[in-house]
Amino acid sequence: MLEIFVLVEHRQGQIRDLTYEMLGLGEKLANQQGTSFAAILLGHDVKSFAEDLATRAPKVLVVEDENLKNFNSILYQQTLSSLISKYQPCLLLMGHSALGMDLAPSLSVEMEFPLATDCIGLSFEGARLKATRSIYGGKVNASVSLRESKGYIATIRPGVFSPKMVGEKKGGIVMESSPLQGMVDVKKFIEYIEAPITGEDITQAEILISVGQGIGGPEHIPLFEELAKNLGGTISCSRPVVDRNWLPKERQVGISGKTVKPKVYLAIGISGAFQHVTAMQGSDTIIAINKDPRAPIFGVAHYGIVDDFQNVIPVLKEKTKSWK
Amino acid sequence: MNIAVCVKRIPKTAEADIFIEKDGKDIKKDNLVFALNDWDGYAVREAVLLKEKYEGEVIVLTIGPEESKEVLTRCLAMGADRAVRIEAPSSSDGHLIAKILAQATKGQSFDLILTGVQAEDDGWGQVGVALAQLLGLPHASIVTHIEVENGKAKVRRELEGGIEELLEVKLPAVLTIQTGINEPKYVSLSAILDAEDKETKEVGLEEIGFTSKAPLDATIDQVSFPPTGKMAEILKGTPEEVVGQLTEIIKKKKG
Ligand SMILES: Cc1cc2nc3c(=O)[nH]c(=O)nc-3n(C[C@H](O)[C@H](O)[C@H](O)COP(=O)(O)OP(=O)(O)OC[C@H]3O[C@@H](n4cnc5c(N)ncnc54)[C@H](O)[C@@H]3O)c2cc1C
Ligand SMILES: Nc1ncnc2c1ncn2[C@@H]1O[C@H](COP(=O)(O)O)[C@@H](O)[C@H]1O
Repeated sequence: MLEIFVLVEHRQGQIRDLTYEMLGLGEKLANQQGTSFAAILLGHDVKSFAEDLATRAPKVLVVEDENLKNFNSILYQQTLSSLISKYQPCLLLMGHSALGMDLAPSLSVEMEFPLATDCIGLSFEGARLKATRSIYGGKVNASVSLRESKGYIATIRPGVFSPKMVGEKKGGIVMESSPLQGMVDVKKFIEYIEAPITGEDITQAEILISVGQGIGGPEHIPLFEELAKNLGGTISCSRPVVDRNWLPKERQVGISGKTVKPKVYLAIGISGAFQHVTAMQGSDTIIAINKDPRAPIFGVAHYGIVDDFQNVIPVLKEKTKSWK
Repeated sequence: MNIAVCVKRIPKTAEADIFIEKDGKDIKKDNLVFALNDWDGYAVREAVLLKEKYEGEVIVLTIGPEESKEVLTRCLAMGADRAVRIEAPSSSDGHLIAKILAQATKGQSFDLILTGVQAEDDGWGQVGVALAQLLGLPHASIVTHIEVENGKAKVRRELEGGIEELLEVKLPAVLTIQTGINEPKYVSLSAILDAEDKETKEVGLEEIGFTSKAPLDATIDQVSFPPTGKMAEILKGTPEEVVGQLTEIIKKKKG
């Protein structure tokens, strides 16, 4: 059985946590299959990353090239396809992230490796890969079989698998020569844009009243503002609430918004998509109010109320009036 | 600027009761409301805005059954010029969908092909980027801003943690559109009525020259409800009783 490759994700001088989660999964799958796994590190000036990764993986393959300084799917794809042709791994893991989503589908087509995206479970049945995916907004899980192939690609949902810890034995670092011949002009990275810090900082709040698409419209925001005032809390929200301009972007909790860890997180009319949940599941106490008993948010909440928010919130607001 | 937008009709499941089909391979869909995939709505709106700025034509494409016509009508009402529906058996294989879309768009002079970042139902997040590779075009995914100049698109891609990256992509290109890229516009009833007069072409796979019989990359063996292991403790009673318990919890936890 051939190796399992794990593509290291790093950005602006930092290895992203998802990398360690993928290494954890890579090791587990490699043990099951009686094979080994390797961290694949593409970048520029990444020696210190290689040292770190070697404490967690038996092998680190490194391609150093100044053109790999910032992620560019075309250059990553060229580099990976050449490594894959050389080493013939049976599986390549990458993040279901801004990086993996920009790279995995095109690499999969080029290599003719079947792709399973956003996996929450992976296993081999013989040499065939099976994936568990969460579909229909997280309300059901699907077991997916991929066609027989000599290699597969899977993108991994962040926050699902336990990270690989530092091991006792140090892995080997293998420097590979870069197959790239300079930059490409069809796709060019220009710069990172960081959102200016304005308005309310929801990451500092101890109580968050977080509203989702289920509140139905911006006309209900004042109700939640009053509740927030009573509780001494701050209003935050899910992404569609920002997309629809019901609240400003700085209020967004999630993978593309802010990560929060308040003492109390009250999620109202939020279904619990992973892009939301990974950024709030560290809260001390999570309380969800949702009229759908099967909403995935109840899988992460400590307490739940299954009801229309309109039956609950006005009562809660009245009852907490005296708390101000 | 000629722009093709790929759109999907999806069942709305967030608020619905879900039941699993007897064969265990999918959910029951006859009780569900269907709509245009949220991401695709933003993509169509973006194409129409680009057309207003740079002129040209917006064509919407869908692969799906007869019923998918209703989402095409909606796209036409949003300002698309023509629509094409490709009749094909429903499939949960993103690679196959991308291959059919590639066959349908190949050789036509589109400057941009837009898709959504992901479909709300099976959420592969795969079709747009796979389509780009099949057509030999550059792509950018999770796009939140587009500006076109001198045969190039300057686009912003959304990364994690509120950071974006600015990229330059040579046209023609495939872009996968993220929600929030623009402000959706209210679609009036009269626009929908007018849309019914616009051209909707319906074609079969043979007509577009799609003959591949390659095995599917992915097939669903079984669907099931997620394990309920660590479910929340559900507070029960009248709203007053529930709120009573809730205030006790909040009081205790907020310290
Ligand atoms: C690349 C990418 C990045 C993303 N980043 C983020 C992110 O940072 N943050 C984020 O939140 N999402 C993000 N998303 C979107 C995410 O996938 C979901 O679409 C989104 O989180 C859903 O928001 P929601 O729960 O508010 O809405 P929905 O999924 O529509 O859920 C609404 C919920 O409200 C309930 N409800 C309806 N009416 C009522 C009522 N009257 N009373 C009580 N409950 C009611 C429904 O049962 C349902 O569960 C991202 C997606 C992608 C592809
Ligand atoms: N059946 C289909 N017909 C046309 N476009 C589709 C279809 N399925 C997916 N797409 C497009 O591909 C995008 C991503 O879908 P997916 O990769 O399935 O998550 C969608 O937002 C659509 O733009």
